[in-house]
Amino acid sequence: MSLLSVRNLSVAFPTQNGWFQAVEGINLTVNPNEILAIVGESGSGKSVAMLALMNLLPPQARITCDELVLDGKNLLQLTATERRRLNGGTVAMIFQEPMTSLNPCFTVGYQIDEAVKTHVGGGRKERKEQVLSLLESVGIPDPARRYDAYPHQMSGGMSQRAMIAMALAGQPKLLIADEPTTALDVTVQAQILELLLKLQQQFQMGLILITHDMGVVAETAQQVVVQYAGQQVEKNSAYELFNHPHHPYTAALLSALPERALPTGLLPTIPGLVPGQHNRPQGCLFAPRCAYQQARCQTEVPALAQQQQGWIRCFYPLETETML
Amino acid sequence: MLKFIFNKLLMLIPTLLGITLAAFLFVRLLPGDPVTVLTGERGVSVERKAELMAQLGLDQPLIVQYGYYLKNILSGDFGQSIATHKPVIDEFFSRLPATLELAFAAMLIAVLLGVPAGIIAAIKRGHWPDHVVMGVALTGYSMPIFWWGLLLIILFSTTLGWTPVSGRIDLIKYYFEAETNFMLIDAWRSGQAGAFGSVVHHLILPAVVLSTIPMAVIARQTRSAMLEVLGEDYIRTAYAKGLSPTRVIMVHALRNALITVVTVIGLQVGSLMAGAVLTETIFAWPGIGKWMIEAIARRDYPAVQGGLLFIAVAVMLVNLLVDVLYGWINPRVRDGK
Ligand SMILES: Nc1ncnc2c1ncn2[C@@H]1O[C@H](COP(=O)(O)OP(=O)(O)OP(=O)(O)O)[C@@H](O)[C@H]1O
Ligand SMILES: [Mg+2]
Repeated sequence: MSLLSVRNLSVAFPTQNGWFQAVEGINLTVNPNEILAIVGESGSGKSVAMLALMNLLPPQARITCDELVLDGKNLLQLTATERRRLNGGTVAMIFQEPMTSLNPCFTVGYQIDEAVKTHVGGGRKERKEQVLSLLESVGIPDPARRYDAYPHQMSGGMSQRAMIAMALAGQPKLLIADEPTTALDVTVQAQILELLLKLQQQFQMGLILITHDMGVVAETAQQVVVQYAGQQVEKNSAYELFNHPHHPYTAALLSALPERALPTGLLPTIPGLVPGQHNRPQGCLFAPRCAYQQARCQTEVPALAQQQQGWIRCFYPLETETML
Repeated sequence: MLKFIFNKLLMLIPTLLGITLAAFLFVRLLPGDPVTVLTGERGVSVERKAELMAQLGLDQPLIVQYGYYLKNILSGDFGQSIATHKPVIDEFFSRLPATLELAFAAMLIAVLLGVPAGIIAAIKRGHWPDHVVMGVALTGYSMPIFWWGLLLIILFSTTLGWTPVSGRIDLIKYYFEAETNFMLIDAWRSGQAGAFGSVVHHLILPAVVLSTIPMAVIARQTRSAMLEVLGEDYIRTAYAKGLSPTRVIMVHALRNALITVVTVIGLQVGSLMAGAVLTETIFAWPGIGKWMIEAIARRDYPAVQGGLLFIAVAVMLVNLLVDVLYGWINPRVRDGK
């Protein structure tokens, strides 16, 4: 049985000009102990979709979903309080900006202890032991001293480690990491990623890893979802997706990888921007930027359809040879 | 921390010098002089007046008078009240407790009502509790204190008969020695049944009047600070941990919002003194404010000069205290970052 199963999740935000569809009908399945990567440019609704899972969106957001099952529990039937109790317990999340994600007024130890208190309990002393061992397991040197440190006394990498410790406190079965390394120094990025993968193995967690970085995906994920302007455009196993990308957007993302750079040494970038609320195309959302678009793409909306191994939202999926 | 306080104290010196000069000039710019006021409407002969002025040292050029004044301050002599011939410093400190008691009670009311009102307004933003709180705050803020005080006296004292019109205690029923001049403390220590209650009873209406403006300001500032903080990433983290909304708001959000609110409370202390002058006058409250008004009316130069100087020092000390408190609740400042 899958750990997480999401069917047809949509999120819209009210704006002055009506509803803005930030996430449109996404489906996800994460198996226990599996790493699923979600990739896509800024504004493609990756964070919003995850926050919707965690029920962390502001109340004005309109969330609709046909099925939302986490660890055997139908979340759609739970009250807000019951769902809240799962947060930090069954499912935990870490964010892009570790420095602003920790409360500046409380020590790191205190903030991790809150998670332990909420989900594990125990006396003061036991909990402190627990927090110290969490700090240790995320590779924070001198945990006893760091316990009393305030967030501003820590570097970005250390803060992200603390966030990871906090997320682990409730022994989650699913960890959502929303661009956990984007805000960090390049040298630290690899360390944090490595740590996440090690912990995922150690604690046998499902992991949803959101990233812009196809290179990271290639190294880590078993399953990949490519998201564009709130829609999923391609889903496949990492192996298939990297070897046989079918959607032109996926292909474009892949060709932006350094090791696939053009012989000139230049990284090809995808011209144009993700459509926002006001310039949503009528047909395929990617059509205006697509090198392979045809007349039909501009008027009709392609559906996410199962083709060969994976799922692709495209009328004219690429064959691998076309791309190379 | 001690160094921080010491530096702050050093920086107060030029400000205080400026205040002595301002106070010195202010009283002398008022029309009339102490002798004319003292001798009443019929006045005295020109020679007698000159003699009295000379006695008070007021015949000297301004610059010389100011020089003497400064010199005396430096030796700890703040002069004598022309009206009572008592040292200004004694006059001030015998009345200070009454004002402190009133101001403290007012601030307590302002904080205890203003902060929760601001929190409620923030979490119910755009809904009726928000509109009610903001409406009341705006009204309170624009209320002329004098008029507002009289209105409350008419309602609660005259019409309903719930509160006394003036004074600090029922003098007919209770008598005890003034030890600290804090009536609440003295009444408590006297052990007389009902004395403490009577003091509270007398204190409540003037304190409410004086609290009105700071309460409005605190409510508005708490609301906007909370709204800002509630949008922060760490609030999302707190929810993601599974904490209850109450805990997220009252611990994670409020603690950060208070950093701003404490500063605002500190800034209110200055205007609280201004409000105290009016409130004490309305309620015949024997504190600094009422004393200052009387001293000005009598052109009691030393009293006004000394009073203004002491008030300035008091306000500055409170602000220093707020700075220290600010450092205490804001870890980033504590580290000198
Ligand atoms: N609370 C909100 N109200 C209105 N619009 C929102 C809100 N939160 C997000 N959006 C919009 O939803 C869209 C998707 O945002 P989201 O943060 O999910 O993108 P993302 O894929 O995570 O991008 P990034 O890679 O930059 O993190 C964006 O256009 C954003 O402006
Ligand atoms: Mg995001």
